[in-house]
This record gives sequence, structure tokens and C-alpha cells, in this order.
Amino acid sequence: MISVALRGMARRKLRTALTAIAIVLGVALITGTYVLTDSIKGAFGGIFTQVYRGTDATVTGKSAFDLSGQNNTTAPPFAQSLLPKIRGLPDVADAVGGVGGNAHLILQGKVVHFGGAPNLGFSVDPKRPELNALTLVSGKWPGANQLVIDQATGRKKDLHIGQLIGVQANGPTLRMTISGFVHFGGAASLGGATLSGFDLPTAQRLFQRIGKLDQIRAKAKAGVTPAKLAAEIRGILPPHTQVRTGQAQAKSDAKDTESFLNFLQDFLLAFGGIALFVGSFVIANSLSITIAQRTRELATLRTLGATRRQVRRSIVWEGLAIGAIASVAGIGVGLGLGVGLFKLFDAVGFTLPNNGLVLHTRTVIVALIVGILVTVLASLRPAFRATRVPPIAAAREGSELPPGRFAKYRPIGSALLTAIGFALLIYGLFAHGLGTKGVLLSMGVGTLLIFLGVALLAARFARPLAWVLGAPATRFGGAAGSLARDNARRNPQRTASTASALMIGLALVTLVSVMAAGITKSFRGAVDDLWVSGYAITAQNNFDPIPIAAGNAAARTPGVQAIANVRGGDAEIFHGVHQATAVGPGGAQIFNMKWLDGGSSAVFRLLGPHGAFVDDNFAKKHNLTLGSRLTLTAPTGKSVDLHVLGIFKPPTGGSPFGPVTISDTAWDRIYDTPQNLYSFVRMKGGESDAAKAALVRQLKAFPNAKVQTKKEFVDNQISGLNSILNVLFVLLALSVIVSLFGIVNTLVLTVFERTRELGMLRAIGMTRRQVRRMIRTESVITALMGGVIGIALGLVLGGLLAARIDFIVFALPWVQVIIFAVAAVVVGLLAAIFPARRAGKLNVLEALQYE
Amino acid sequence: MAVRDQPQGDIGAPANGAVEARNLTRRYGEGETAVDALRGIDLDVRSGELVAVMGPSGSGKSTLMHILAGLDKPTSGTVEIAGTEITGLDDTKLTRLRREHIGFVFQFFNLLPMLDAEENVVLPLAIAGEKPDKSWVDSLLGQMGLADRRKHRPSELSGGQQQRVAIARSLVTRPTILFADEPTGNLDSKTGGEILELLRASVDAYGQTTVMVTHEARAAAIADRILFLEDGLIVKELRDASQQDVLAVMNSLTA
Ligand SMILES: Nc1ncnc2c1ncn2[C@@H]1O[C@H](COP(=O)(O)OP(=O)(O)OP(=O)(O)O)[C@@H](O)[C@H]1O
Ligand SMILES: [Mg+2]
Repeated sequence: MISVALRGMARRKLRTALTAIAIVLGVALITGTYVLTDSIKGAFGGIFTQVYRGTDATVTGKSAFDLSGQNNTTAPPFAQSLLPKIRGLPDVADAVGGVGGNAHLILQGKVVHFGGAPNLGFSVDPKRPELNALTLVSGKWPGANQLVIDQATGRKKDLHIGQLIGVQANGPTLRMTISGFVHFGGAASLGGATLSGFDLPTAQRLFQRIGKLDQIRAKAKAGVTPAKLAAEIRGILPPHTQVRTGQAQAKSDAKDTESFLNFLQDFLLAFGGIALFVGSFVIANSLSITIAQRTRELATLRTLGATRRQVRRSIVWEGLAIGAIASVAGIGVGLGLGVGLFKLFDAVGFTLPNNGLVLHTRTVIVALIVGILVTVLASLRPAFRATRVPPIAAAREGSELPPGRFAKYRPIGSALLTAIGFALLIYGLFAHGLGTKGVLLSMGVGTLLIFLGVALLAARFARPLAWVLGAPATRFGGAAGSLARDNARRNPQRTASTASALMIGLALVTLVSVMAAGITKSFRGAVDDLWVSGYAITAQNNFDPIPIAAGNAAARTPGVQAIANVRGGDAEIFHGVHQATAVGPGGAQIFNMKWLDGGSSAVFRLLGPHGAFVDDNFAKKHNLTLGSRLTLTAPTGKSVDLHVLGIFKPPTGGSPFGPVTISDTAWDRIYDTPQNLYSFVRMKGGESDAAKAALVRQLKAFPNAKVQTKKEFVDNQISGLNSILNVLFVLLALSVIVSLFGIVNTLVLTVFERTRELGMLRAIGMTRRQVRRMIRTESVITALMGGVIGIALGLVLGGLLAARIDFIVFALPWVQVIIFAVAAVVVGLLAAIFPARRAGKLNVLEALQYE
Repeated sequence: MAVRDQPQGDIGAPANGAVEARNLTRRYGEGETAVDALRGIDLDVRSGELVAVMGPSGSGKSTLMHILAGLDKPTSGTVEIAGTEITGLDDTKLTRLRREHIGFVFQFFNLLPMLDAEENVVLPLAIAGEKPDKSWVDSLLGQMGLADRRKHRPSELSGGQQQRVAIARSLVTRPTILFADEPTGNLDSKTGGEILELLRASVDAYGQTTVMVTHEARAAAIADRILFLEDGLIVKELRDASQQDVLAVMNSLTA
């Protein structure tokens, strides 16, 4: 029986190949993901070990609490006086102190940046190159007012040694000369990041760390273990500092990148999973159709004495063989895709480090198992259907499969499946205390069940839906159009499962668009509600902090009526880490807040050294009322006692303020090198070209500061979202492509099946063009069916999510919905190209004699 | 109209023919294994005539009919239908010719399962983008005894009824000529008899020129003229023959 199955496949090469493509694409995405993330991990892992290669122990500042890692707050620096003490320890051979952080290179008044990649700066010690994070590749280590720059940036921007360049970190721009080019650890490129190195005094000026250090790296004398060295250092450490071995420090530095990469990996794998899920629809459908066409053949086997089990096994074997072949091919395509993904991220401004592709055994094993498993699972239903072929069918012309035992429960079953899916999804969304994993799991499984249920239900609505969607075709497509509509309605189950594959992809892109539209709308609404008018100042990349000096310079612009600088960072309040903010008295004239309990904008002026305002959620959670007391601790360990002066309700789209906001003066007392996240400026006479020009002129010394009108501010803040959206669309496009092949497959099989019929139509006067139009129209009707159901489902799912997520309102992405519907039509047209040509080319005579 | 005024040989009919074929040959394959299915056939079919084509299996009946109907091209020779030379036409022109001038009745009825009887009947008009003449369709359906079956799907019709739908479908365009390849081949003898009566009736009532390929003496007996093929040649012709005459000729051929 196995050999029958395999020989059958060989005979139906085209059909087998078309079926396999679905799995190839899914497996390719999984392989590509692993290759991409493993390659990046490999690159980073190498980098960090390299960076600490000569270091046996490190001392760093220790935050008073575990930082959230969600924003720019870093551990506090410590006094430079620790360095000579460590150098004086008996087991220390040498030690070097350093500072570092975000440092922007400035060329011709513009910040050098590549997409959203970071701009980093470090101090280096020219006399102790073995303890430096950077490796010199050309030129010299920097002296006073000099710097070294990473080679990749140097090449991209055509920089040369001796050239003057501006650098800005936490203070004003400094002008320096390039003394050489470097690598970071061993890596030629760290994605699109720019790296710069300075001598310690210059770096301390740049980062405003005069007399302070962020890190000490120590080298042990011969024969002293790193652990022993660390223990010795620990003995003399002042409070708010910690010591680690060089290895431990490398691991800890790599942790953030690693957790990001793990997230990226899971994220991409999810899309591979979706593509495979869609692929399983395609496979199940293709096998079902082939089995329907092979009814006679299977029945003949039965009359020759094959048992049901043997028939079933031959189908599963076929699935297994297709799965294996497709998975192997998928791994090959996946390697190519890995390269493509690097390029994709690069294209949307998210360059990733790449030191060569890495293909682990694990990747191959997972890809094979998943690919084969999905195919075999998808072949189960068709296999059981095949067992229902009675031997008598061998004797009959065009006999139909008898309905299964459970056929009558099908509608109820599929409705139930859909209902359970929605229940799980809603449970995941709205139940309390599930934890992230639980929420994601019940949402994921729920969505999966919804898709399955809707796909099964779709068979019941396929006829009426095709009737409606095909109406234009019957009007404008003549006989070919009406026949196409009739054909689409002829085998509703087949049409529905073909359409369902596309439905999944379109439901997800619609869902994503609804979320994006919701975020955009609520954010826009929030800005409109909160902020009367004026200008906003942010970093060029829209999210890095900017020096306070920039805000102060802006405040001196002629015509400024008010300015509100917003600072932000991690803070510990009531034993939890929160993103706290600070603002000056100018906020009273800038923000239009919704105060509860009789508060007013006067709060901004009254904050002083101990005042705070909180948002309604935080107040409710901690039972705060006006006058309540709380304590806010900064990462430096310094804290401030506060009393609540106001409680406000932020708009749906959020506000620039965290749960707790204090005055900027109080903030600056406890935070180390404070910086602004945004400055909002109100000018006399509102927004005008002259006002903007005045601000820009005033900020000339701060090239990283960007002056924006309200509209520009909103657009810029949302632009990151658009990048993410584009990545999501590209990834989901893969699922849509898989379903496109599903349609191609169904059409090709259908053309096979209807060969004699096509011959008859041609004989009685149908032209090739009409035949092609007929196939094309059927394809478009099928695709539109998937599109309509998918878009509707996406809107429903999006509505549910919007109802759950506090900072999103529901918004209908009209334009996208129309684009997606058009895309569905295009998918239908593309899918029909090949099958329509085949059908058109059929030889009338041969077709008439086809069995 | 370039009508040939010199009928060739003794096989032939007066010149106002619906179909004129001259010196048709058809060779399948090449070299050693080549098969000559037709080896020089001349044939004229007069308007309003019912011609039956008979002959042993493999004698070339189907091949001849396919070439006459423009579904296949001869290796040499010419075919004119309604005065148009068709062997040089491209696919689109041939399709249009079939639309206007040719009707088909197949052994397997080849109805579209998703259309009802009436829709199947008017399908050729729909394909040509023409409006059906309602009284003509009604009269056809009446003639075929399908008046009360017009809304039935093929799966709800018996084999004989399905073939009657197919005949109505082939007549609906009032083709210059109707080709039927073993129209009773797939039916029991009683139903087959009814179908033959209908074919004869359509010739008598509408003057429908018809060429029918058949194995059955009974079927051939309804024809005005019977052509006997053997090894790709017309070897005998009978007019208004009885079933016995036909059987006698058949026996002499296969013997
Ligand atoms: N496509 C083809 N390729 C090669 N040879 C063919 C082809 N079609 C027909 N033939 C050969 O041509 C000859 C005539 O075939 P044709 O089908 O016309 O016979 P027929 O008289 O219709 O027979 P039957 O009564 O069995 O239908 C036969 O020898 C057949 O084998
Ligand atoms: Mg034949």
C-alpha cells in the first residue's frame, strides 16, 4: 500500500508540488527565524566575551532597586576616588575607570543615526588597551578633545582621521578631532549602532560625570582567580556599588540583548506557526480534493481486497512523504529567508549585527518535526474520508463520497468550536490574574479555535456568500461570469476551505490595522485633549532623552509664554518599580488635565519640594486621596517624601505623565544627571513659522533636539508604530502567499476534475478567453470570500482587543479595509494565472475524452 | 459562395451542402508506428439530411466526425462548413464557427451538474452572449418531453432525460449541422430508441442536418443515408436502408 501511495504521488507530481509549497513556506519561516536569531545571538555573544576579555573583575554602580529595563534609567555612577583604592589592592595588577552612555555624533549640524539603532559612547584608556571595550583598527587612541569612531560608521559617513566632528551626550555639543577607528569587541558592526570612544576626562565632561565613574575594570595579578579578586574588591566597596567577575559582567551585559533576541525569536516563530497553520488548511484541502478525484482508484483497491486501514494508511503515508520532502526544501529556503529577514529589518531601519549565518542542529530538527507533524495531522481527516469510499464506487461513474457518521453534527460542532474559541479569547482578555503566559496561551488557543470553527462554518455560508460576491461577475462577465459563480457554489466545502486559508491571513492583518488605528486615534485624541497648542521638543529619534540645557535654551527664546519640561525614569514607590515623571510649574499653562476631587492646574505651581500628583488608577490601587503621603526612591538610593496634591484622569491614549509626578526641582535633587524626555513650549500668538524658526535658532547648539508642531509631534511619535506595522504586514504576507498557493492548488485540481466539462464548453462555443475568465472569476470569488470573512473576523477580534486594552479605542481603519479587499481580489487574480492558462490551453478533443 | 460543382465519385450529394469534405486524410504519429485513421475521404452532407456513419471499431468514424466538426485538423484535405473552409482557421475563429454552425450530442451527456435542465439547454446561447428566444426554447423542451422537468438538475434526471436535454442544447442555436457521436451508446435499448425518434423528429420537423456516428443497426436505420467506413475509407453507402440491410453490410465488413 505504501508503494501505491508513493507511486501515486510520483504520477501526480504537479499536484504534490503545489500541495507541498504551503509547508515549504511555513518551514522556511521557522528555519529563517532560527537562523536569524541564532546568528545575531552568536554575534552578540562573541562581542561581549571579547569586550571583557582582559577583565577579571568589574565594579559598577548598584541601583537601589531592580530597574525595569523599560526606559533610559541606568544605575547611578560612583565617586572616582574608588579607583586608586582598587589599584592599591594587593592582588590587582591594574584597573581602569570608565563612563559611558548615549552619545550622538554630529555632522553638519545633524545627528548621525541609522534607523532606531543606538548611539553609544565610552571612555577608553589609551595606556591600557587590553582593558578597553573597543579595539583600535586604525589611527591612534584619543587624547584630550579627540575621539575614535567605529569603522562601519566611519565608512558609511566617509569620515577620516583628523576630521572635526561634534559630539553630544548629556550636556552641550563638544567639537573634537577623529584620532582613529575601532571595532566593538571583535565585531566590525553592531547593527546600525554608532560607537565612539574618548579619554576619561573628555568622556566625563560629555556625560556630565565629573569626578564620577560608571564602571571600573580590574585585572588580577598572575595566579589570582577572578573570584578571589572580586572577593577582595568586595571588602572595600562603598554603598550603591557592586563587584562581578569579568565573565559574569559579560553575561549580565548580554542579558538585555539576549532577552530582546528571545522575544524576537518567539515573535517571528509565531508568524512561522501562523503560516504553517494556514498551510495545514491548504494541505487538508488538497488531499481531500485528490481523494475525491481518486474515488474510483481507491474503490478499485478496496474491491481488490484492501482494508479500510490500508487505504487510510496509504493517505497518511502520502502526507508523511509530502511533509518530509517539503520540510527539507523548507529548510533550504529558510536559509535564504534568514538573509532576507536581515535585509527586511535593515530596510525598515532596524539593522541587526551579522557575523555570518548560524544553522544549529536544533533548527533542522524542529523544522523537520513541525513540518512533518503538521502535514500528517492535516492528512488525517482526508484519510478518514478516504476510508468511506465503498468498493461499489469502482463500478459507478462519478459517484460521491457518502457522508460520514458525524456529518449531521458538523454545523453544531463547528458553531460550538467557534463559541469555545471566543470564550477562551475573552477569558484570556478579561480574566484577572492569569499572568502573561496564561493570557497569551488562552488568547492564542482561542484564536486558533475561532479560525477552525469559522472555517468549518464557512462551508455553510459559502453558497449564499458566493452568490452575493459573484453578482457583479454575472452582470459583467457574461456566461463565463455566471458559470464561475455556479462553480464557486458547486462544492461549498471546497470553496470554503480554500477561502479559509486566506481568511486567516486577512483576519490577522485587519486585526493589526485595527489595533494600529486604535492606538493612533487614541494617541491623537489624548494629545488633543491634553495639550492646547504649541511646540514639542524631543530627540531626533523621538524617544531618547535630551539634555536639560536644551530645554533651558528653548525657554529663553523670545516670545515663549510657558515651557514644561517632562523628565522621566524608574522610581520605587510602595515597593513597586514605576515610571515616575517630573514637570515644572510651566505645566499649568500647557496642559489641560482632567483633575478629580476638585483639583486644578494650580497643582503644577504648588508641587514644590514635596508635592506630587498621581493618576486615578494609582490612586485607586493604593487608596490615595488628596493629602495622602508616599515616598519615592530614585535608583541612586536617595528618596523624597511626598504628599498628594492632585489626582488626574489621563485620556484613553495616555499622557506624558507616569503614575506619580513630582516637581523638576525635587527630581533633580535625587536623580543622577537628569534629562528631559520632552519639552512642551507655548509661544505668544500660537503656532507660526516665525515662532518655530525662533525656537530652532535657539536650539542650534543641540542638534539632537527636534522642534515639532503638535501635528508633527503626533506623527513622529506614531512613526515607530508604522515601522512595526510594516514588519507585521510583511510577516503576515507570507501567510497570505501560502493561502494564494492554496487557491492555485484548488483551481488546478478543479481544472483536472472538470476537464471533460471544459472540453464540452469549448466544443459548444466557449472561447479560450472565456474559459480563462471563468477560472479567474471563480478564483476571485473564492479569494473575496476569504477576504470578506477574514476582514469581518479581524474587525471583531480587533474590537474585542480594543475593548480590553485601556489605552486603545476602537477605530475602523477604512482605508486599510478597502486595501485588503482589493488585495484579496489581487490574490485571486494572481492565483488564477497559471490554472486559467492551463484550462485555456486544454485540447478540446483530448479534454472531451478525458476520464 | 465557393461551392464545388463537381461532386467526386459516386459518393456524394447535390451541391448545396451543409458540409463538404474533400480528400481527407488523418495520420496519427510518425514513422514506423504511424496510423492512418483516414485515408482519403470525400463527403457531402446536404441540408436537412440525416447521415449515419458506421463501421467496425477503429475504422475512423470518430476521427472523421471530429475533423468535420473542426475539433481536429486533417493531415491533408479540406472541410467546408456553411461555405467556410475551416481547416485553416485559428482557435478563436473555429470556436465562433462552432458557436454559430455546429451542435454536439455526446455519448456521455456532458451536462453541467450545477445548472438545471433549461439552463443547460440555453448554455450555448449564454456563451455566445445571445438572448434565448423563449418560444423556441419552450417548443424544444416540449418536443423533447422535458416541459415538466425544466427546473431539474441533471442528477435528478434519468439517463434518457439527460440525453434529451443534451439534444435540446445542441438544437437551441439552430446549428447548420449537428454531430452526434454514439448518442445511444450509454443508454438502454428502450431509452435509446426514444432518443433516436427524437433525432429523426428534429430532422423532419426543423430540417436539422445531422451526422451521427453509431454502432447500432437500429440507429443507422433511421438515417436517410448510411456511410460505411473501413480502414479509413468509405467503402459503402446505403439510402433509406432497413435494419436488416445494415446488418448484412456490417457482417460483410467485419467478416
Ligand atoms: N489520438 C490518437 N493517437 C493515435 N492513434 C489514434 C488516436 N485516435 C485514434 N487513433 C487511431 O485511429 C484509428 C481510428 O480511430 P477512431 O477513434 O476514429 O475509430 P472509431 O471508428 O471511432 O472506433 P470506435 O468504434 O471504437 O469508437 C484507430 O486505429 C485508432 O487506434
Ligand atoms: Mg469512436
